[in-house]
Amino acid sequence: MPATYEPIATTTLSSSATSYTFSSIPSTYTDLVLVVAGTFTNTNSGGNLRLNGDTGTNYSTTALRGTGTTVYATRSINRSFIAGNEDGSSSGPWIFIWNINNYANASTYKTVLVRASDAGAYVSETAGLWRSTSAINSITFITFDPGISSGTTLTLYGIKAA
Amino acid sequence: MLAGNTFYDPANFISIATATGTGSSNTITFSGIPSTYKHLQIRFRVKDTENLGVRNTNILGLYFNGSTTAGTYGKHRIYGDGTSALADGSSTSQMSFSQTIICSLPDEDQIFTVGIIDIVDYASTTKNKTAKMIIGTDANFASTQYKIQLASGVWVNTDAVTSITLNISGGGNFTNTSSVALYGIKGA
Repeated sequence: MPATYEPIATTTLSSSATSYTFSSIPSTYTDLVLVVAGTFTNTNSGGNLRLNGDTGTNYSTTALRGTGTTVYATRSINRSFIAGNEDGSSSGPWIFIWNINNYANASTYKTVLVRASDAGAYVSETAGLWRSTSAINSITFITFDPGISSGTTLTLYGIKAA
Repeated sequence: MLAGNTFYDPANFISIATATGTGSSNTITFSGIPSTYKHLQIRFRVKDTENLGVRNTNILGLYFNGSTTAGTYGKHRIYGDGTSALADGSSTSQMSFSQTIICSLPDEDQIFTVGIIDIVDYASTTKNKTAKMIIGTDANFASTQYKIQLASGVWVNTDAVTSITLNISGGGNFTNTSSVALYGIKGA
């Protein structure tokens, strides 16, 4: 029986970085899952996603977040990335699991579901939208203040429907 | 999976079937589901054909084995609608997600409601059936009808699940661009 859920690529950062990109993603799957496990170099960092290198304000999110004492909802529109945890409040360790639905479709916008889990600080679930009909061929996990720590592991999986 | 460990290779996650909407039916059904897996996962992206000129309030639901007996399904959920974090629960005739499904307004034309549903121990003939769900919709627009939600559901019935139906309540049908994929997860 053919494999349905396959690892496409994986890496462990050997030094801190502000971003990591998976490029030349094959179009042969139905959905993608990106698992990022690690830490940030600063408590103000947040984990975000950009698709196909698009830095335009073509992203938006609807999020539910709990901090241990507070639960709240947020929405952000016309942003230049999909925010996985809305605001950085901890350096981690954390896990981001990004489910990227129907990524190879070339006629509709792309919706992403992301769970961000940091047992010491927060948990959040987010629906993100990229307003582009382009098939996704590259994915960038990015932070802005100031980096992703050495030792962080990023693994991209493909899920193939019958 | 922690930093420094090798990646997880989920070789026991198997595609069973994919179904698409027809544009003329408010249900999508998987039937004849084999009992050879331990758990099931549904991954979907769906959309409602209805376009009444306003954002609709039609919602997604799910039921098993064709059964819609009142009071045999329950769900609890937490959700965010962009402005508030909320929670509720209900006992109904199906596992209603109370999640507004994207309709076919022009400004929603390229957008879908997406979700992942895990149905645990579906082939058991001694346990009631439980499921957990993550469902989300975002449209780059400030409306409380666009939500992200985490939900748990129960079907108070010990029958093995052999068919699963997703449906739209309130109006409209699944567009022919709607797609639902069913996967089986093997146990040891």
